[in-house]
This record gives sequence, structure tokens and C-alpha cells, in this order.
Amino acid sequence: MSYFLTQVLNGLSFGLVLSLIAAGFAIVFTSTGVLNFAHGSVVLLGAYLVAVTQPTIGFWPAVLVGIAGAAGVGVLINALLVRNLADPNPGTAAILMLGVDILLLTELTRRIGNRVLPLGAPWGADTVRFAGIALPTGRVLAAVLAIVVFAGLWFLFARTRMGVGMRAAAADGPTASLMGIQLARTGATGWALAGVLAALAGVFLTSFPAPGIAPTVALSAFLAIPAWVLGGFDSVPGAVLGGLLVGLVTALTVGYESHLTFLGSGFGDVVPYVLMIIVLLVRPQGLLGSKEAVRV
Amino acid sequence: MSDLPRRIGGLVLLLVALALPLVLEDFWLQLGLFVMAAMVGAIGLTLLVGVAGQLSLGHAAFAAIGAYVFVWATSESTPTLAGAGLPAVVGLVVAVGVTALVGFAFSPVASRLRGIYLGLATLGLVFVVRHLLLNLEPWTGGFTGRSVEPFTLGGFSFSNRDPDYLAVAGVEFEGLHRLWYLFLVLTLLACWLGVNLRSSRTGRAWANVRDSETAAAAMGIAVARHKASAFVVSSGYAGLAGALLALAYGRLAPDVFTLTVSVEFLVMIVIGGLGSVGGAMVGALFVTALPLVLTQYSDAIPFLAAPGSGGLDPATASRLLYGLAIIAVLVFLRGGLTGAFRRLRGRFGGGGPVAASGAPDDTRPAPPTDPGHQAGMHPAISKETAR
Repeated sequence: MSYFLTQVLNGLSFGLVLSLIAAGFAIVFTSTGVLNFAHGSVVLLGAYLVAVTQPTIGFWPAVLVGIAGAAGVGVLINALLVRNLADPNPGTAAILMLGVDILLLTELTRRIGNRVLPLGAPWGADTVRFAGIALPTGRVLAAVLAIVVFAGLWFLFARTRMGVGMRAAAADGPTASLMGIQLARTGATGWALAGVLAALAGVFLTSFPAPGIAPTVALSAFLAIPAWVLGGFDSVPGAVLGGLLVGLVTALTVGYESHLTFLGSGFGDVVPYVLMIIVLLVRPQGLLGSKEAVRV
Repeated sequence: MSDLPRRIGGLVLLLVALALPLVLEDFWLQLGLFVMAAMVGAIGLTLLVGVAGQLSLGHAAFAAIGAYVFVWATSESTPTLAGAGLPAVVGLVVAVGVTALVGFAFSPVASRLRGIYLGLATLGLVFVVRHLLLNLEPWTGGFTGRSVEPFTLGGFSFSNRDPDYLAVAGVEFEGLHRLWYLFLVLTLLACWLGVNLRSSRTGRAWANVRDSETAAAAMGIAVARHKASAFVVSSGYAGLAGALLALAYGRLAPDVFTLTVSVEFLVMIVIGGLGSVGGAMVGALFVTALPLVLTQYSDAIPFLAAPGSGGLDPATASRLLYGLAIIAVLVFLRGGLTGAFRRLRGRFGGGGPVAASGAPDDTRPAPPTDPGHQAGMHPAISKETAR
């Protein structure tokens, strides 16, 4: 029983980290209509900035640098590239982001090389014991922080002028623009928010259980794509739910792999994608996504 | 405007392609095989993405299916690995057929999702197929993969033996030379079929669905069926590309077909210009040849270091180059290389009135990008996830 509970809690805490990334996908998508394939490398970039600055300025200031860097790069990508596309439409924007991803990832990979950069997180490999269940401190912190961040996001979108403006812009851009909402500003805010979430997720992805930063982090960020798609493309709560689901299912599949041998070894790596395809077959708009009528 | 210059140009290119094996070294022949295999896949993808407006990130998966089915069909059964022992031509047909069938099995998803949503769903396929390749060992050989039987046609083998010695104009024709012609025939076939499909009734229906599903439905086009058919045709192409890759490599392993391959296919068609068959082929040449050529000549090019020496190695350099190329094409070059070429011709009087006015001629549907669609940028309008 405690084994089961450990797996569940592990899965949920990992799921919350994925949710941070998935929410970034959803926010960028609703605010600018871009499928941000470069999000994984922004996650890596945030963590990389933390790792290279922390020996000189300490861990917490470095986290701030990482957050600012990732947010800044997001805003720049949007301002310099996405808004200047020769043919702005979701398809070309998605392919553009693949190009940005190749550039960012290649350059970061080259800089990191074969090293594993330590992140210097103060919690290291500590564990927290609670009612017979041991959880890594990093994961617990990640979960708490993610919940705080999501509460903040809820407040932003529900209670502030900026957030309401972003929702209006997402619901109907041209009308929102006529009502005096500056789409350039809501778009930039969306990209900056996504960058912040990406950097935070990057810190937790690379501090535990990974020993530090390696380019493969961008790959684990890919797991957030099924999480985002599961939840619904345009829904931040959906992204959170999707992240939790993916984390939970992955943890349980890996934890009980010995009982699931008929599915082949390493099934835990693909189960999020299988889940995504099944959900898309049954509910193409995702779990919490809005189903739109076709507009002429 | 007469078609004559284009036809003469095509004929010259064909003659050059026919004569190249007489002069090229093995490295370039091998490179040519990879390029032609990539061309076939890129043509199929440009029909799906450029003409039908559906994004796919799953073409590595379809290529993998094509490759493995081809190898399974043409190999003899051994105690450890299954094989059907069919003739190679039949194997090729089976490979394309099975891949198209898998595409068809996926079409309930393909016909319901639009554009980038489909791209995300197909992303999952790459990981699922890789998992299957690793785990279905009796068929795929698992992690180590399996070797590919040489292609034979009526006793003639496209390898270094059977006949052992074959020479044309004093040049000994070995496996690579022979495969070159096989690949050339299949690539031309794929190209011819692609061009004709695009301007056929079906191709125009695809373009119509891409531009507006509602308008297409109002014109009596079965939207779901055409989205599915574009997907099936495109996966068939990917299957053929996979089978050709299998022949070019001579050995298959799951690591050949990673997500990177899917992305590279997309890069090819974007650089060439979405929706253009010729552009897809130019893009395939660029993306496939660049890393190999840079690697081959790394010591002759400044800034480049040998792989593993810590400097800017050729693989990294080529990735940076085509990352930049995608961004440059999408930001500065509307319609990719073909679009730029067409505008140049229009500007310097080579083109007819149609090209000169900047409007796309009707046999070539404009990339999904003409000015009328700028509104598509906005999520509120692109949010047609389901019908």
C-alpha cells in the first residue's frame, strides 16, 4: 500500500512539474496562436542559465536570472520572429518554432557538451518522510511551488485587468483589439509568463533526480505536449489536469512494469503518447478544451 | 507562357541524373541515394502539409513502418527473425500498401483534426512506433535492428554480385550504381504522381479543404474523406521513402527513425516552399546533403573542427545552418525557394502575365499562406479542433 502511495505521490509531484510546462504551451497558444515547439529548449535554457550563474551569485539569485532569461527569450522570439512571419498562420508559426528549437537546442547542447552541469539546488537529494512515505524534497517543493504558481495564474486571469484582457484577446482577437486591448502587449505577456513557468520547471526537472543539466532535459519537456493536448489546447486548468494525469499514469506504469510485461519494456516512456492518441480519438478538443463551431 | 523552357530544363536535369553514376565516387552515389529517398518522403509530405494544409510530425513513424515491412517482406525466415521471402518488387508494393493502411487506420484522427492539432497527434505516433520497433523483436530485430536483403529483379541483383561484373562505358557498375537507377525511376514516378495528383480533382479538393473547410463542404467536397485521403496518400509516400532508406542503409535500426527525421522532412518542404513538388525535392537535396558534405569536407572548411574535438563539428554546424534557413525562409521568403524563384522570373520578364501579376497560377495552388489567410494567425479562428 505504501508502495502504491509513494508511486502516486511521485507521479503527482512530477505531474505538477509537467503542468508548469504544459500551462506554458497553453498560455502561448491562447495568447498568440503559436504551437511553441521551442518550449522544451526554453526550459533547458532557463535551467542552463541557473547552472552557469549560480557558482558566482548563489542559487536563488541565479533562479531569478534563469526566469528573467527564459521570459526575455520568449518575448524576443515573439517580437522578432513570430510577429514578422511572412505568412502568419498557425502552421507556419509551428514550423518556425521547430526552427527556433533546432537553433536553441543545438547551441545549448554545444555549450553544455559532455558535461553535466550541477544546478547547486540547496535541497540536493534530501528526502522528506511523512507517514511512512519517503519523497524527495525537490519534488515536494516543486509541488508546493506549482500549486502557488497556479493560484497566482488563476488570480491573474480572473481578477486583474491584464489577465482579463488576455482572456478577451484569446476569445476573439479582433473584437478585443477594437475594445482597446493591445494584442501586442497581451501576446508579449503570454510569452513572458510561459518563459517564467518554463524556467521554474527547468529548475525542478534538473535538480532531482537528474544530477544536473544535460540536453536530454529538453526531451523530458516533450512529455508536457501530451499533457497539454490531453487537457485541451486552450485551457490552462486543462493543462494542469493533463500534467497530473500524465505524471500519474507514467509513474504507475513504471512502478508496476513487472506486471505489465506484455506491453513491452519501456512502456512508461510511451504511455503519455498512447493516452494522448486515445483521448484525441474520443474527444478531439481534449478534456477541458472548448469545442468551437466552424466559422466562415 | 510556353512550357518549353521548363521541359528542356527537366530533360537536362534527367540526362545529368542518368549520367552522374559514370563520374561520381561512391560517397556521392551513397549521398544521392539518401537524397532521392528523402525526396520521395518530402513530396508526400508537401502534398499533406502544403496542399491539404494538415501538419504531420509522424512521417518518421510511417517511414519506419515502410522500411521494416519492406525488409520483413523480402527476407527469408530465419529461426530468430520472421520474413515472408517475397520478390523485392512485391515487397515494395506491400511496404507502401501496409504504410498507407496504417495511415488509413489513423484517419479517424486525421479526418477530425485540423492542421497543427493533427501535427500533435502524429507526434505521438513516432514514439509509439519506436516502442513497437524495440519490442517486436521477432519481426524487427529489436534494438540492434536487422539487415536488408539486396533488391533483385528477375535474377538481376542491385548489389555487387549477380552479375558479378557489369560495366557501362568502361565504368564498373556496382551496387550503388545499380541502386541509383532504381531510385531514380522510383523518384521520378513519385514526382510525376505528385505533380499530377496536385492538379487533379482530388488535389484541388485538398487545397479547397485547406483554404476553408466550410466553403469546401458547401461546394460538395466531402471534407473528412479528403482529409483522410491526403493523409493516406502521404503515408504511402513515406512508406516508399522508408523502403528506399532501408535499401540505401543496408541495415535498419530503430534509431534511424527518430523525431528528428520527421522534423527534417518538414524542414525540407518549408525551405523548398510549401505545396511545391519541385521545392520539396530541392529542400530534400539541401537538408540531406548538407550534413554529409560538411562532414566529408570538414578539414577543408574553416571554422569546422573534426567531430569530437570540441570545436564546431559538422553535424552541429549543419543543424545551426538549417535552423537558420527555416527561420530565414519563413520570415523573409514568402513561398520558400520556389516562391522566390517564381517572383524573380516574374520580375525579369521571363514569366507570363500570371506570374508577373504575382498571383499564383491555378494549376499550382498557392501555399496556405496567401494574404487572405492572415487572419488564420489568430487562435479564435484557428480553434476549429472538431467538426
